[in-house]
Amino acid sequence: MSLLNIQGLLLSIHGSEILSNVAIGVEEGQIVAIVGESGSGKSMTASAVMQLVPNGAEMSGNVWFMDDNLLDKTEAEMCDVRKNHIGMVFQEPMTALNPVQTIGKQVIEAVRLADKSLSKDQAREKAELMLHKVGLEQTRFPLNTYPHKLSGGQRQRVVIAIALSQNPRLLIADEPTTALDVTTQSQIMKLLKKLVKQENMGLLLISHDLAVVAEVADHIVIMRNGKVIEQGNTDIFFNEMSDDYSKELFAASKLTFKDKKSEKSSDIILDIKNLKKDYKLSGSKKLRAVDNVSFRLKKGENIGLVGESGCGKSTLVRCILGVEAYKSGEILLNGEVFDGQKELRKHINAVFQDPFGSFNPRHMVKRVVAEPFYLIDTPLSSTEQLSKVEEMLNHVGLNADDMDKYSHEFSGGQRQRIAIARALITEPSVIVLDEATSALDVLIREQILELLENLSENLGISYLFISHDLTTVRNITDRVLVMKDGIIVEQGPTNEIYNNPQHPYTNTLLEASPDITKALNDKRNELDDNFV
Amino acid sequence: MLRFISKRLLSLFSTLFVATIVIFLMIEVVPGDPAAFMMGLSTNTEAADALRAELGLNAGVLERYFGWVTGMLSGDFGISYTYRVPVSGLIFDRMLVSVPLTVYALILSTVIAIPVGVIAASRRGTAVDTTLMGVAQVGVAVPNFWFAILLVLLFSTSLQWFSAGGFPGWEAGFWLCLKSLTLPAISLALPQAAILSRVMRSSVLEVMNEDYMRTARAKGLSERQALLRHGLRNALIPVLTILGLQFSFLLAGGIIIESIFSIPGLGRLVFQSIAQRDLIVVKSVVTLLVMAVVMITFIVDLAYAVVDPRLREGSN
Amino acid sequence: MKSLPLSLLVGSGLTLIFIIMAGLSFVWTPYDVTALNIDQKFLDPSLLHLLGTDHFGRDVLSMIMVGTRNAIAVSIIAVGIGMIIGVPLGLWVAGSRMNGGSFFDEILMRGNDLIFAFPSLLMAIMITAVFGPGVINAIIAIGIFNIPVFARMTRGAAMGLWSREYIMAARVCGKGMWRISYEHILPNILNLLIVQATIQFSIAIIAEASLSYVGLGTQPPMPSLGRMLNEAQTMIFFAPWLAYFPGGAIVTMVLGLNLMGDGIRDVLDPKLRQRKGQDVVA
Repeated sequence: MSLLNIQGLLLSIHGSEILSNVAIGVEEGQIVAIVGESGSGKSMTASAVMQLVPNGAEMSGNVWFMDDNLLDKTEAEMCDVRKNHIGMVFQEPMTALNPVQTIGKQVIEAVRLADKSLSKDQAREKAELMLHKVGLEQTRFPLNTYPHKLSGGQRQRVVIAIALSQNPRLLIADEPTTALDVTTQSQIMKLLKKLVKQENMGLLLISHDLAVVAEVADHIVIMRNGKVIEQGNTDIFFNEMSDDYSKELFAASKLTFKDKKSEKSSDIILDIKNLKKDYKLSGSKKLRAVDNVSFRLKKGENIGLVGESGCGKSTLVRCILGVEAYKSGEILLNGEVFDGQKELRKHINAVFQDPFGSFNPRHMVKRVVAEPFYLIDTPLSSTEQLSKVEEMLNHVGLNADDMDKYSHEFSGGQRQRIAIARALITEPSVIVLDEATSALDVLIREQILELLENLSENLGISYLFISHDLTTVRNITDRVLVMKDGIIVEQGPTNEIYNNPQHPYTNTLLEASPDITKALNDKRNELDDNFV
Repeated sequence: MLRFISKRLLSLFSTLFVATIVIFLMIEVVPGDPAAFMMGLSTNTEAADALRAELGLNAGVLERYFGWVTGMLSGDFGISYTYRVPVSGLIFDRMLVSVPLTVYALILSTVIAIPVGVIAASRRGTAVDTTLMGVAQVGVAVPNFWFAILLVLLFSTSLQWFSAGGFPGWEAGFWLCLKSLTLPAISLALPQAAILSRVMRSSVLEVMNEDYMRTARAKGLSERQALLRHGLRNALIPVLTILGLQFSFLLAGGIIIESIFSIPGLGRLVFQSIAQRDLIVVKSVVTLLVMAVVMITFIVDLAYAVVDPRLREGSN
Repeated sequence: MKSLPLSLLVGSGLTLIFIIMAGLSFVWTPYDVTALNIDQKFLDPSLLHLLGTDHFGRDVLSMIMVGTRNAIAVSIIAVGIGMIIGVPLGLWVAGSRMNGGSFFDEILMRGNDLIFAFPSLLMAIMITAVFGPGVINAIIAIGIFNIPVFARMTRGAAMGLWSREYIMAARVCGKGMWRISYEHILPNILNLLIVQATIQFSIAIIAEASLSYVGLGTQPPMPSLGRMLNEAQTMIFFAPWLAYFPGGAIVTMVLGLNLMGDGIRDVLDPKLRQRKGQDVVA
């Protein structure tokens, strides 16, 4: 008898079908992962179990949970189920806690909702215990701490403690680590896994990243367009999967490692020398965001700059792009000192992270892509501009007719192509890719990376690829810089950094990076150990 | 918290300081000769000279300004030109009427608006919501002085429940006074309540979409419980700003409403003084009203810090 | 094709009626509003005088038409002053703040605090009292209080946009603060500005009525809605229509403007539209 058994679940919102015929089961002590890209219906499946669905949603089918069909329950009965039996953890830890209540109050509330018989002191004790269980010690994180004092990872631990404090039989975690840094991600995943074993509860884990879940899940469900494509136990799933889409996902998640030909010219196009940048904090305190950073980018070379949030990489990027003044040091662009002057700007351009925020929503693509023409000293005629825009759109795999559309008519991947076209149009020597693929689904990410690689080979452009994640930059870069607390802690050829990291932080980052091959090996070893 | 308070206090005093300069410039410097202005059409030069001496206008501008400010700090607001009594006493008597009226109106407006906003938001899209917000929409459009006239027509002329105006004085008894302030307070409060309820509604709707409300629902709270326990306090944050601004509106609105109902309050005093060109009184009352507004802003800021722990450290 | 919201239709309908009435009053009114006709005084509403006559025998409908015209003129100019000064100010401080300088921003915000410290009606009364009652001073008095409203709103909205990546992209293309403000910021906050302008417009109409009610706005013999109400006050016991109609005109006009503002916001604000679509958590 399964703990949770979803059978033939259909869900439509205002008549349009979101989920069709979904069937998924979760046992006690089992971790089931639903993997899919945005729009696959994975999150909606989780909401359907909790019966926290948008207005206008209609459901049919069966959601069996401990011998009850949740779809038959009234809202009041569902409140009891949520109180006592099912807990949930969400994607956005930064906003998931009530900002005006202490974490203690929020955990205690959950405790007392589940068990009314507890006295105030008992509830308090239990809350402390729960926070301890998720790794938040009372000495550092007393109950009267407010959420804004905590980092994203710590807040996610509080949310987990809230869910856990009701002794749920089933925990639903909807992209619990997507908003977190890799090292935090791996800690939270380990925590979830440990808790599942300890409490013998079921965990329904929703993720867009196959590599992340492969390490922890016992059973994997692939969803697409509201349907379950394929599912199976993790140990055999990857060997036996038959669907093309599953295979594609798997291939995109696997870290292949291409050998790059490294016949770079010796021309240095970007030379950063001892760059420093301070931010004023309250009072006379200062934060050194960038501390004595030096590196060189040669013509045709691609460099990866990797670090977690708050490491100073965004500030460094802003300095390099000439939109923020630096304190001391030098930035040489094609041999000339660059501090934002217009004449040099045409040599450098950028592609940013958010494919939805990258374009003025009121401008058509042709105006968006032509924006850098502002930097050209001798203005081009509008027909020349248009033909150039067309050429660029072709380069990035879009059509000439796309010129007269607005950015909201494109998908995330296509928008990133438009952004690349914009960056290319003045034929710069360097393009800064600031987390340019982080917001994309895995398959789209692959395509964009491939495009960037081709462009770099054909046009001889250099990339400075900024990322929070070592694995993304693995194939496209010749060298990697690892940044922490404003300092470059390690730099070297990509191969060497991956195979033989020198700095402990690089090591931590590498260990934490989700790696599906490693995960599957570990799983196999675990099984072997059990046999022995 | 201490840093936060001292920062707000500093801003309070600097605003007050600049405000007194503006008032002083407007009343004593820009019109040219205040004495001539106060004398109006009269061309009696001797009387004007006497007045000029009485007002200390023969001194330099800076000296006059500092004399005025230091006088106010020690409670000396000067002698009213028309009433020939100390302005401080005059103002104090009027405040005993105006402050209760404003507070009465503020309470009425809050007590009506917050529940209306919450009910409309939690039943969004239903007939209840549409009706309440329709009424609020009309309420926003009603000028309070016209509403006052209508109230008089209905409650004083037709129903004869209230007198059409006047104020018996506090010695006549609390309830009698409260009764005579009721129509003025309602006419002040209702348009403000309409605005406030709209703000409250949209604030609650905003909060209902927050992630922490989902967390609260996942704990097993019903929609209503989640709103009361987690939503309300967050939803009140933007409402506080509006409440602070409304105090200023109510004070100013009092100028007209007090005149309509012949209530001897500050508003009526300032209005009469302007008509009688008694600049000494105008200057003092305006300064006092500005001070009241600035103090309220300060209190609202403190209330923010009480409601929102993120502000207590002075961080953004 | 999505249907337009009811509020927009009703609101712009009402607003249009008043604009037509005001426009028409330039060339034609049922009766001359300045001619006194004592033997026609206090006539009940009838076919001859649709809304009756006042104590001087003037036709109330004609007076409302001219009064509406004056109210609209005063409000347009006052809100215009607020926008023309406030919007560039807001763009400027937001831009200079995002480019590292917070000095002017501090000054503007303190200036805002200062103006907000003066109850607006009180100040308007003071300004018109010191500088003399009249339309021009009323416009200035109302206009001054519109400046910080628009400056603050523009500043807030612009600061939100300055952190967008398309602004970053424009900066990378070497565009300066004012060019970015003009090309990227202004078009994207226009919705907000239009909505705010309709709200401020309706507030200005009430403010103009208040000022002329206390005798400091439009001066006789020019009719104004506020003064009509003031004069009606002593006569409400036997001629209540004198209070009903001008007041009703103000309410309907302001209501129309506010409904129109709400409607425009519903149509233009993609955030609101989106939210309607994904109204999560039932």
